[in-house]
Amino acid sequence: MDITFDHVSYTYQAGTPMAGIGLDDVSLRIRGGDYTAIIGHTGSGKSTLLQHLNALLKPSAGTVTIGDRVITSDTSNKNLKPLRQKVGMVFQFAESQLFESSVERDVAFGPQNFGVPAAEALALAKKSVAQVGLPETVLAKSPFDLSGGQMRRVAIAGVLAMQPEILVLDEPTAGLDPAGRRDMMQLFAKLHADGQTIVLVTHQMDDVADYADRVLVMDQGKLVKSGTPQDVFQDADWLTAHQLGLPHTASFALKLQARGFKFAHLPQTEGELIAALRTQLGGADHE
Amino acid sequence: MNKMILGRYIPGDSPIHRLDPRTKLLVTFYYIAIVFLANNWQSYLFVGVVTLAIIPLAQVSWRFFIRGLMPILFLIIFTVLLQVFFTTGGHVYWHWGWLTISSLGLTNAVFIFLRLVLIIFMSTLLTLTTPSLSLADAVESLLKPLRTVHFPVTEVALMLSIALRFVPTLMDQTTKTMNAQRARGVDFGSGGLIKQVKSIVPLFIPLFVSAFSMADDLATAMEARGYNDGNHRTRYRVLRYGRGDVMAAGVMAVLTAGLVLLRK
Repeated sequence: MDITFDHVSYTYQAGTPMAGIGLDDVSLRIRGGDYTAIIGHTGSGKSTLLQHLNALLKPSAGTVTIGDRVITSDTSNKNLKPLRQKVGMVFQFAESQLFESSVERDVAFGPQNFGVPAAEALALAKKSVAQVGLPETVLAKSPFDLSGGQMRRVAIAGVLAMQPEILVLDEPTAGLDPAGRRDMMQLFAKLHADGQTIVLVTHQMDDVADYADRVLVMDQGKLVKSGTPQDVFQDADWLTAHQLGLPHTASFALKLQARGFKFAHLPQTEGELIAALRTQLGGADHE
Repeated sequence: MNKMILGRYIPGDSPIHRLDPRTKLLVTFYYIAIVFLANNWQSYLFVGVVTLAIIPLAQVSWRFFIRGLMPILFLIIFTVLLQVFFTTGGHVYWHWGWLTISSLGLTNAVFIFLRLVLIIFMSTLLTLTTPSLSLADAVESLLKPLRTVHFPVTEVALMLSIALRFVPTLMDQTTKTMNAQRARGVDFGSGGLIKQVKSIVPLFIPLFVSAFSMADDLATAMEARGYNDGNHRTRYRVLRYGRGDVMAAGVMAVLTAGLVLLRK
């Protein structure tokens, strides 16, 4: 399932002195099967963009096409539910959406809302909780007895249990410790490897370089660049101008370049960097 | 949520914005009281003209005032209809069972309508031009005399400011939680009563949880910065009456005098 934006604009609080531009003439395409990263500094319109992906917001102008549903400013709020099932959305600090008496029931809440019978929903809950790497013993616990990181996982399991075609993640690793972050990013990578379409909003350029197939760069409500991480992370000055940074590997490579190393493309991942350095250092092959 | 006019402060630098919040609060209450002095066409015309002359001073679009009427439109219509149908006296235009439309009923209805609209315009003026925290400061300052009877004025004022401060935060949190639950397939505001009440649970529990944790964090933050019940705290925002406040009092005096002279 693809999501296509055609000249989409969105204005906050239209018609008041507080009106603000959320999105400004954005056209893009998120392809089924891709791992798309959205980057941009705070207030650049990323979250507004996300809320258009499952029609929580409707464009003020232009059209959003989600699968075969076309959303314009005139679209009625009714019958949007099937979209919400197809596009699963994990919000920032998703743990704050938990409310049920047990983890199992909370995770089963989503699928049940979409008409999955109770027994089947509980089975899905069990499966999703395992998927996010939590032990089966948490199922019966109250979500409020868990640690922050575990609660985040439960919330993500709650969205996975809906079996969405597209999984949208808004800074899912914010506030997690490094180990938690790594585990979580590997979880998403695994889901993607199993065919899950993923849209990730993040401030972690390393994650973009390591995991994403495509990158969309937002600035002041506009889509200012899109391409592969290799394309987007070539121009360090351009990124700085848009208040963004390079992945650690690329900035390390840039420093090496200043000392006389040469790279045809700035390497983005450790693997690429090692490959590029190995030939230039000309050392003996250790293998 | 956006349509809530209460606490909808529109930043500006008009003569009204610059008034001391205590003045605005007192004047608004005083105005609401003396509007009831008006009881004939002349006095209503007078108070209406004065009010319509004051409002443009705030340099806020009329739309906001009209919008301020909307939440209680039903109440206004209801009151007006009661007056129209149940007041008897004067020339009778129409009569059916116990329903009567009489000249006195119509006049009364118009008067009540004007009174409600004027009162709402004035209180909207207060909330549109005064940040809620300034209002809390004003309340604290005006309640000060109660200290002599050991009323905890500072504490009450602090509670008021904290409550007001967290209104937008909680509204923000509400929107976020609603979005998160909508994304999980909750339909707010659709289906039967039972279904609607049920859909409140996934909204309220997360809200309570976050409100309690915010309260906890705030208490810790305040203690960490050495807050104590503080009877002798100095203030960052010091309230001072100025020339505008004298003028506002003058306008109210003129309004009162005019009303007393014009009323029957």
